[in-house]
Amino acid sequence: MPWDSATLVPLPVMVPLFAAGLTLALHRYARVQRIISVTALAAALAASVGLLVAADGGPIVVEVGSWAVPVGIDLVADRISAVMLTVSFVMLLCVLLYSLGQGVPEGEDDPGTTRGDMIPVAIFHPTFLILAAGVANAFLTGDLFNLYVGFEILLASSAVLLTLGGTAERIRAGSVYIIVTLVSSTLFLSAIALIYGATGTVNMAQLAERLPEIDPTVRTALQLLLLLAFGIKAAIFPLSAWLPDSYPTAPAPVTAVFAGLLTKVGVYSILRTQTLLFPDNPTVDQVLMVLALLTMVIGILGAVAQNDVKRLLSFTLVSHIGYMIFGIALATEAGTAAAIYYVVHHISVQTALFLVVGLVEWRGGSTSLDRLGGLAKLAPGLAVLFFVPALNLAGIPPLSGFLGKVGLLTEGATVGTGLAWVLVVGSVVTSLLTLYAVVKAWNKAFWQAPSEEIESDVPLPRGMVLPTGALVAFGLLLTVAAGPLYGYAERAATASMDGHTYVDAVFPDGADRGRGESVVVGDDGDEAQGSAQGGGHG
Amino acid sequence: MIVLENTPPAILVLAIGVLFATGVYLLLERPLTRVLLGFVLIGNGVNLMLLVMGGRSGASPIIGNAPDGVRMSDPLAQAMVLTSIVITLALTAFVLAMAYRSWQLHGHDEVADDVEDRRVARHAALNAPAFEDADDTEPDRTLDEEAADVYDDVDDSDDGPADGHADRHADRHADRHKERP
Repeated sequence: MPWDSATLVPLPVMVPLFAAGLTLALHRYARVQRIISVTALAAALAASVGLLVAADGGPIVVEVGSWAVPVGIDLVADRISAVMLTVSFVMLLCVLLYSLGQGVPEGEDDPGTTRGDMIPVAIFHPTFLILAAGVANAFLTGDLFNLYVGFEILLASSAVLLTLGGTAERIRAGSVYIIVTLVSSTLFLSAIALIYGATGTVNMAQLAERLPEIDPTVRTALQLLLLLAFGIKAAIFPLSAWLPDSYPTAPAPVTAVFAGLLTKVGVYSILRTQTLLFPDNPTVDQVLMVLALLTMVIGILGAVAQNDVKRLLSFTLVSHIGYMIFGIALATEAGTAAAIYYVVHHISVQTALFLVVGLVEWRGGSTSLDRLGGLAKLAPGLAVLFFVPALNLAGIPPLSGFLGKVGLLTEGATVGTGLAWVLVVGSVVTSLLTLYAVVKAWNKAFWQAPSEEIESDVPLPRGMVLPTGALVAFGLLLTVAAGPLYGYAERAATASMDGHTYVDAVFPDGADRGRGESVVVGDDGDEAQGSAQGGGHG
Repeated sequence: MIVLENTPPAILVLAIGVLFATGVYLLLERPLTRVLLGFVLIGNGVNLMLLVMGGRSGASPIIGNAPDGVRMSDPLAQAMVLTSIVITLALTAFVLAMAYRSWQLHGHDEVADDVEDRRVARHAALNAPAFEDADDTEPDRTLDEEAADVYDDVDDSDDGPADGHADRHADRHADRHKERP
C-alpha cells in the first residue's frame, strides 16, 4: 500500500489510547511506564506535525472502520485541527516531562508541603494519556456525537487528574468541577438529540448542508444550546465561575494541562460549529461579542484582586478566552485567523506560566504573593522563565501575544461597528490590566527583599526546568515564526469560512452523496437501510 | 425543508419533561449524592429524547429481518443511547467514589462554597457589626490584619502531613471560632 497521509489521521488518538492501556497494565514498572508515555506522546506529536504539513493541501478525511461517511464516523484533519493538535501535543509532551522531573520527592515524608506534592505515578500516566487521546479525538472528529465522546473522555480523565490523592481541598474543587462538567455534557447531548431530530444526521459535513434548510428559529435554538454547552467548557463569562475555583488546587502539571488545553477544546468547538454549521447569524455573533467583552473585563478584574499566583493566572485564563471569542464573533476571515493564532499562542504561554508557577512553588514553598519575595535574586533563571511568558501574556511587542492582539484589534477596527469598537477598547484595557496583574505578581514574588521563609538553597530539578524552558522557547518560536504561522492560520480561516472545502472533502463525489445514501425526511426505514448499506462498504 | 414526520408520542415527551424537571430540582441540592441522582434522571431523560428523535419504533434494524411493509427502527439513535448509557455509568461511579471520599473526610457529602464565596461572606461578616467596634476585643487591628488571620485554604503552604490535611482543616476552623466568638 502506498504511503498516504490519511494513515496519520487516526494516530494522535490511537497511539495515546493504546499506550494508556499498556501503562495501566504495566503499572508496577514505573520506568517502563515513563518510557511508554513519552514515546507515545512523541509519536503522536510526530503524526500531528505530519498532519500539519499534509493538511495544508486540503482536509484529509478518514472513514473510521471504512464505514461510509454519513453513517459511519469520520475523522477530518483540516488546517485548524492540525495546528491545534500540534501545539497541544508539544505542550502535553513538555508537561509530561515536567511531571516526570517533579516525580516523587526524595525521601521526604512531608507530602503535606507543596514541594512534596507528589503524583501517584501509576494512575497518572494512563489518565494523562487518555486525556491526550480525548483531546485529539475532539480536534479530529467530523461527527458531532463523536465530539461528545471525545469531550467525555477528556473530561472524565481530567476529573481523575483533578482529584489525584483525594485530599479534602481537591475533593471540594473536584465536586464543583464534575457537577459543572456533567451539566454541560448533558446540555451537549440534548443539543445532539435535538439536532438529530431536526436534521436526521450528526455528521458535521452533512449538518452543514442540512442545517440551512431547517426553520431558522429552530436553527438558532440549536445553535444557542450548543453554544451554552461549549460556553461552559470554554469558561465564557457567565459560565466561568467554576474555573478559577477548581483549577488551582490540582498539582502544577495538571493545572498547566487544564489551563492550556481544556478550555481551548471548548473554544475550538465553538469555532468549528460557528463557522461550519451556523455560518450566518449576526444576532448570535453580537451576543458573543458582548459575552467576549464581559469575559475579558470581568476575568481580568478578578485576576487583579487575587493574592495567589495560581488563582491570579486562572483568572487571566478566563479573561483571555474573551479574546478568542472576540475573534470568532467577528465572523470574518481575518477575525477567525486571529482567533486561531491567539489560541495557539495562549495554549503555549498559559501552560508555560503554570509550569513556572510550579517551579516557584517548589523554590519558594508557596504560591501566595505575601509569602514570596526576592526570587529574582535567589533564582535568576526562574525569574527569566516567568518574565518572558508573563510579558507575552500581557501582549508586549514583539511577542506572540502582541501579534495576536494586533490581529484582533485591526480586524475589529476594520469591521468598524459600534460594538466592535467597544470591544477593541475593552481588549486594550484588558491587555493593560493583564500587564498590571502580572507585574504585581512579578513585584511581589521576584522583587522585594527575600522572605526569610524561603530557604536560600533549594536546587530546582533539571527535569522540571528544561521542559518549562522548552515551552517558553516554543512560545518565542511562535513569535519568530509568526509570519508562516499567521499565514497558515489565515488559510485555515479562509477554508473554514468558505463553507464548502470541508464538506467537499468529506463528500468528494459531490454534495448529494450524503443525501442519496441516507435520506431521512421522516422515513426511518430508508435510513436504516442506508446505514446497513454503508456498513456493507466495510 | 426537512420536517420530522413522526410526531413523538405524548407520553414519552411528558416522561422526558418530568425526568428533566425532577433532575434539575435534584441538581440544585447541596449533597453530592442528590446531585448525582439528578444527573442520572436527566441523563435518562436525554437518552429517552435521543430515542424519540430516532422516530417511531419498528422492526429490528437488520436487513432482511423485517417482514415486507414493516419499517425498521433507527439503529443510529439506539447506538447513541447505548454509548451515552455507558458514559453515564462511568461518571456515576466516579461521582459516587467522590461522594464516599467526601463522607470519609467530612462526615457528609455536601458541596462546599467556593473560595470566592467564602471570602465575600467573610468580608460581609467582618463589615457587618460596624456599630459594635467600640466593644471589639482588639480595637487596634485593621480589617486587613484580621482578614489575614482568617484561614484561607487556597494557601496551603504551611507544613503538615498530607494525610492530616483534613484534620488541619478542622483545627484551623476551630481556631477561627475561638478567635471570633
